[in-house]
Amino acid sequence: MSMYFTKDHEWIKVDGDTGVVGITAYAQHALGDIVYVEVPESGRELRLGGDAAVVESVKAASEVYSPVSGTVTAGNAVLADQPALVNESPEDQAWFFKLTLSNPTELEGLMDRAAYDEYVAGLE
Amino acid sequence: MTEITTISGNRGLMLEEPLIFEQGCPGRIGVDIADPGPVDEDRLGGLARQGAIGLPDLSEPQMVRHYTRLSQKNYGIDSGFYPLGSCTMKHNPRLSEKMARIPGLTDLHPFQPQSTVQGALEVIDLLAHWLKGLAGMPALAMSPAAGAHGEWCGLMAIRAYHDDHGDSRRTRVLVPESAHGTNPATAAMCGYSVDPVPANERGRVDVAALKAKLGPDVACIMVTNPNTCGLFEDEILEIARITHDAGAFFYCDGANYNAIVGRVKVADLGIDAMHINLHKTFSTPHGGGGPGAGPTVLSAKLAPYAPLPFVVHGTDGLELVEHAEQAPGAKPFGRVKGYHGQFGVFVRALAYILSMGADGLRQTSSDAVLNANYLLASLKDVLSASFDGPCMHECLFDDRFLKDSGVTTLDFAKMLIDEGFHPMTMYFPLVVHGALLMEPTESEAKETLDGFIAVIRALAAKAKNSEAEAFKAAPRLTPRRRLDETLAARQPILRWKHGANAEG
Repeated sequence: MSMYFTKDHEWIKVDGDTGVVGITAYAQHALGDIVYVEVPESGRELRLGGDAAVVESVKAASEVYSPVSGTVTAGNAVLADQPALVNESPEDQAWFFKLTLSNPTELEGLMDRAAYDEYVAGLE
Repeated sequence: MTEITTISGNRGLMLEEPLIFEQGCPGRIGVDIADPGPVDEDRLGGLARQGAIGLPDLSEPQMVRHYTRLSQKNYGIDSGFYPLGSCTMKHNPRLSEKMARIPGLTDLHPFQPQSTVQGALEVIDLLAHWLKGLAGMPALAMSPAAGAHGEWCGLMAIRAYHDDHGDSRRTRVLVPESAHGTNPATAAMCGYSVDPVPANERGRVDVAALKAKLGPDVACIMVTNPNTCGLFEDEILEIARITHDAGAFFYCDGANYNAIVGRVKVADLGIDAMHINLHKTFSTPHGGGGPGAGPTVLSAKLAPYAPLPFVVHGTDGLELVEHAEQAPGAKPFGRVKGYHGQFGVFVRALAYILSMGADGLRQTSSDAVLNANYLLASLKDVLSASFDGPCMHECLFDDRFLKDSGVTTLDFAKMLIDEGFHPMTMYFPLVVHGALLMEPTESEAKETLDGFIAVIRALAAKAKNSEAEAFKAAPRLTPRRRLDETLAARQPILRWKHGANAEG
């Protein structure tokens, strides 16, 4: 399984044509305490860079964009009741949605862990 | 600092105040009504109350004290300095309040015959005349009830124009990243998709990026000028030109019109529609103090689509046009509000305009800009200004000056409360990190600004002097200390239930 990152601080773990998407540890830290999460429903078509989910903290409401195009196969229902999970386990348990990739070549436009870490270091 | 505790829990004459439900004592009553005697006939159609309705029983003095104490805990523009950026908390003149309470304007019913309310129609018509004149625009929708409602009205007029011209390709609306959240919400409400436009390093719209995103599928752009960073969009004429070349409209968010009223006619900027927040620019109470109003000026192209109702000059005086067939040639997109708009706000705004006059309005915007620049110039060596000045009506700082201090923008704001100031706007706009947005308005005397500046400078020195613990403990002098905002958002308790949340 490979993990990729966007400049908007989403991550995607990919296995074949199946992806799992969430927001990075950097993103949850920048947002502060997360108080609300809205994830997409199964069957929704997402396009690369389009709105996919909503995350709200005590400071701000933000869109979560889809790192790739595809069809949602599951949203993480747990986050509705436990938004704090995004702060506690951003890159593991607090995944936002799973999707089937319609164009896996889009992954080539994303960063790997090393490139993302370097990108974040440049933002400080 | 030693914590001051008292036996009663009160702090001097600032009394601890329980909820009114917690003070209720069953059977206590403040009025003496004669016993009606036995009721021999049920005249309530079987709807007589079946049991207790759960209202608290209190004496009249208890009631009076309860609400008086609550009012004493309030902090408003009448209490002190209120530099909440993007909100324009200017003084509400007592003259405007007096005018709004004239019996001839308060004791009206919206369905009265029009011949009996000519004065009220004249208030609407005269205010519309002034707003159109100040904006240099030919048409106006008076009825939108607030800023976001005005945005929606403007975009509905734009959509009506495109629909009327068979142009169904236009599905996108371009909105800068620094926009108020209402802009993308408005576009989405009108059925458009929202496409963000980045800012340049000067805090303005990136015109090259805007140009790249314009096309035959763009319905309009929504730009705030001055923008939410307190900066004038100095390339606005070019923005208007390329927008119109693409066949799109230019909607301007007029939330910050108070910075340019009397100095700039928005028509000269190429704007097709703009709402005017009467409650900001023309000083009527808002926030917790009263409703807003968002009349929306429209260009000649959009004028035919203005919503109902509107006032016209008829043969027998002023007439209210309530139906499309009363106005040949008009193609109103519908109604946006019941009745005729926020009439009480109209009266206050008109009183403000007439008491200021054109020269006075020009001076208010000049003084608002001067005061904001005074704050910027007096603070930029100790805070971190996000953009070079001069600014317009508000000045924007970010949290770089707090780097490695352990103090956050939130802590800094809480500390200001202990010092007797309402904090500035925090964490907005989102285009800078840890924003502190200050809008002093023209109402404030130099002494007030100097007092605020002295406190901010001293607090900035404290933060840099490793006194983070004091900031984390703030506020210390308020009826309640730092509230758990996260828990309040995650598990809100929205209503009192008997016995459920007596202490907590």
